Amino acid sequence: MATDAASTGVTGTTRVKRGMADMLKGGVIMDVVNVEQAKIAEDAGAIAVMALERVPADIRAQGGVARMSDPTMIDEIIQAVSIPVMAKARIGHFVEAQVIQSLGVDYIDESEVLTPADYINHIDKWAFTVPFVCGATNLGEALRRINEGAAMIRSKGEAGTGDVSNATGHIRTIKGEIRRLSSMSKDELYVAAKELQAPYDLVCEVAEKGALPVVLFTAGGIATPADAAMMMQLGADGVFVGSGIFKSGDPVKRANAIVQATLHFDNPDEIAKASRGLGEAMVGINVADIPVPHRLAERGW
Amino acid sequence: MSPVIGVLAIQGDVREHARCLEQLDVDVRLVKTAEQLKGIAGLVIPGGESTTMSILAVKNNLFGPLRELRNQIPMYGSCAGLIMLADSISDGRADQETIGGLNITAKRNAFGRQVDSFEIDLHIPAIGEPDYHAVFIRAPLVEAASSAVEVLAAIPADKSLTGTDQVVAVRQGNLMATSFHPEITSDLRIHKYFVDMVRSA
Repeated sequence: MATDAASTGVTGTTRVKRGMADMLKGGVIMDVVNVEQAKIAEDAGAIAVMALERVPADIRAQGGVARMSDPTMIDEIIQAVSIPVMAKARIGHFVEAQVIQSLGVDYIDESEVLTPADYINHIDKWAFTVPFVCGATNLGEALRRINEGAAMIRSKGEAGTGDVSNATGHIRTIKGEIRRLSSMSKDELYVAAKELQAPYDLVCEVAEKGALPVVLFTAGGIATPADAAMMMQLGADGVFVGSGIFKSGDPVKRANAIVQATLHFDNPDEIAKASRGLGEAMVGINVADIPVPHRLAERGW
Repeated sequence: MSPVIGVLAIQGDVREHARCLEQLDVDVRLVKTAEQLKGIAGLVIPGGESTTMSILAVKNNLFGPLRELRNQIPMYGSCAGLIMLADSISDGRADQETIGGLNITAKRNAFGRQVDSFEIDLHIPAIGEPDYHAVFIRAPLVEAASSAVEVLAAIPADKSLTGTDQVVAVRQGNLMATSFHPEITSDLRIHKYFVDMVRSA
């Protein structure tokens, strides 16, 4: 990586990894597949872009094995925008992660949207300088990922559907389980840790703080300004929008609108303003119509 | 009476700044609109993504009131906030607007990408001993500053890979800025320095 002014400080610490996610709070991270889309996202005020070859809706439609993107495509997007760039590695594929880190990507998403490379282990994320974000459907899963070194969590939702119901379910579950831990007495936390299948120390930390030790975004099926605002009202620190923007009728308008609604998430007048005249939303799929083996949120454990 | 200090809440680590300020016995107000700027005695511009902050400040008509206010009340910017208070930016987007007021040129992402983000102990005379543990995340650098600008902290030449002092904290009158993020550490001295500025303004 070209760094013309780097100093002799300590890099890759937990604090700089988790702190990076803190700086993304209140923002929208958009999936982009080329330079043109990356620029639209940046111009709309996206906080970061996720560089990938196919958005989840296309992965779903085309099937087959979904893998890390071509490094050249990731390089081009890094060159094209000044905001942070994220990229996805397959669950458990630590070499894809090594490659993505070497490209100078700012955050790696170990993502269920790609086909898992290991059905038992996730990546040992402590071994990397670059921070990781991982998906979770519940608190136990989130804490297992944090224990493996994830510096940011996103609730999974069901990617590529435009159906927000799973995103709602997952953020509610995670937030609800955190509230439950906070109300427990200290001697009940041992069993809580067992039930959550999560490390006891992390369970205690969450119980005491009433929050995850890392930033919590939400993802999977967010397609409208109101969807994004609802995630924020449910307590998300920010949102990922995948297929919802560039699979819609007017991506520029919709990207701007979702950013604006995320900023003013608690102001219905502003959300209404942002929702006007956006054209066609992405054609959705009801999660209930997807056979269970094809649901991406089931990947990861 | 405690002064009301605003935290610009467009995006970024707003909550962390608010928490630091609350520990120093000031009233905190999160600011998203021009209306909410009224009556504050100081303003903090948090860390985050300066591009996003700037674009959203334009869309939400905040630059006018913010520029007016910068001549009236103390402001403190960390990281992205430093860029927002800089008169000019190098390596920014061509159309990136700032509040300005600090006669400095800020270089965005001056230390590299996220893998180059780092922590380092800095000697900061204005806040006294011991050294301050500073956290830099995709941080900007003060590339140039006019003589009106007081340098509060620099990474000394013997610790910087460029072999020259790298200016990372500045003050000019009522405005101050740091490249690093005091809000994500537990050392409140930088915030205390700013709150003292507000109290004595």
